[in-house]
Amino acid sequence: MTRPALRQDSDSAGCIFDLSRTPVRELNQVLHRLTGTTNERHWIILNPGGQHAIGVGVDAPITIEVKGHAGYYCAGMNKQSTVIIEGNAGVGVAENMMSGFVHVRGDASQSAGASAHGGTLLIDGNASARCGISLKGADIIVKGNVGHMSAFMAQAGSLIVFGDAGENLGDSIYEAKLFVRGKVASLGSDCVEKNMTDACKNELYAKLKAAGIAGEAGVSDFKRYGSARRLYNFDVDRAGEY
Amino acid sequence: MCGIVGLFLKKKELEPDLGRHLSRMLAVLSDRGPDSAGFAVYSQPEEGIIKLTLRGPKAYDWAELKQKLTEKTGLSANIDARDTHAVLSCHPDTSNDVRAALHCTAPEVSVAGSGFSMEIYKEVGRPETVTKRFALETMGGSHGVGHTRMATESAVTTKGAHPFTSGPDQCLVHNGSLSNHNSVRRDLVRQGLKFETDNDTEVAAAFLTAEMNKGLNLGEALERSLSELDGFYTFVVGTASGFGVLRDPIACKPAVMAETNDYVAFGSEYRAVAVLPDIETAHLWEPEPARVYFWERSA
Repeated sequence: MTRPALRQDSDSAGCIFDLSRTPVRELNQVLHRLTGTTNERHWIILNPGGQHAIGVGVDAPITIEVKGHAGYYCAGMNKQSTVIIEGNAGVGVAENMMSGFVHVRGDASQSAGASAHGGTLLIDGNASARCGISLKGADIIVKGNVGHMSAFMAQAGSLIVFGDAGENLGDSIYEAKLFVRGKVASLGSDCVEKNMTDACKNELYAKLKAAGIAGEAGVSDFKRYGSARRLYNFDVDRAGEY
Repeated sequence: MCGIVGLFLKKKELEPDLGRHLSRMLAVLSDRGPDSAGFAVYSQPEEGIIKLTLRGPKAYDWAELKQKLTEKTGLSANIDARDTHAVLSCHPDTSNDVRAALHCTAPEVSVAGSGFSMEIYKEVGRPETVTKRFALETMGGSHGVGHTRMATESAVTTKGAHPFTSGPDQCLVHNGSLSNHNSVRRDLVRQGLKFETDNDTEVAAAFLTAEMNKGLNLGEALERSLSELDGFYTFVVGTASGFGVLRDPIACKPAVMAETNDYVAFGSEYRAVAVLPDIETAHLWEPEPARVYFWERSA
């Protein structure tokens, strides 16, 4: 097994990988070989430079710190691992994530957490259009704003937004839960505001707590949105909405 | 796909480095557009000089052309050759005579663009090869835009490469595809505009020029394109004083902006601006859909 441009740092027990010297493909090949019993649990990625597909398809209980801006699909299909991006993330961060925790310290581009099945995606900044499109079970927490068409056709899981949501939030939504603290520019087809019950507040609190940010926002300040379930069965009088 | 870059320098002392930065930005976006590449570079206009960027066949004898033109017109025109392109500088009052003389003495040469500030270069091939052929890294200027093309709706030819220009000192680069360009082209042809290709971006460039000919400024013309042009687009438009950015209302195509005290930069992806100095401390953001952005050099 070759380990190019890799060195063990004895102080932090971290494996350091410099993407200005070694291609992303080699990094991912090394990460893909890791299993649940690996002792190499702390990975530091230097000079990401906006390169694509960093840490895609990892399936091991490790922590990956990306020291800079990531390109497209960072932490895509993630299982188990914790990925911390100390910068912005390009299109499709944590897309199709199955489990684990992905933390973007900056902003995320379009389609953040697209079709993610499980795990948590935490974005400190803003996420642009189509955040959580076709969401299938993951929890996405955005401390800033989300762009238009977020949670489009979202089926399960939750999208929690501390800031504002752009136009057509939750268009054609199924059973995903949307919590927005700020303003919603407009709701998409079949998305409606729903009662924020005590059970919903408890659920929201639990999700924030699990992400380690329970004290950062009061759950009573959020409004909840979800499906009116009018598009589930064909209704000729609503043909224009399909 | 396709890749777009734009760079606007805020300080005069940085201008010699414009081409070096642009060529590095374009090289990064080769994998978004390996078919052809092009760029427009803007520099301070010189009193009494208009520049025509000429495009000729491979290994063209530009010195001979200069001699022929001088003999034919008796006018003084300087020709600065770069591979298949050359910049002809002459007095604005004589430019029509020079164009006419070009047309009859050298029909194999076409005028790729004109302006007091703008020079425009484009060619088929990988972007890093194209920028080397034209020695972009040696060019200075205040601002510039560039494009790497992955052709979708029309042929891979030099004429089909971006930027497209349809008026003096105006050019457009485009990532996306327009779906109503044929009907818009028909309308513009009726208004008297001429087209060289079947390309959708040429229509967008001509549309903006036609709107500005009606008296709109560039920002207003871009606003008009939101209602008249159907399809996907991120546009970057170069003018004598700066450049503008517009994304379609659903923001189909990517765009990243970076600003420091020294420059404003545009890239289809962060990777393209990552090669710029002080990018670590730059303000980075994605332009909002359906919103016109503009940076202009104050006079």
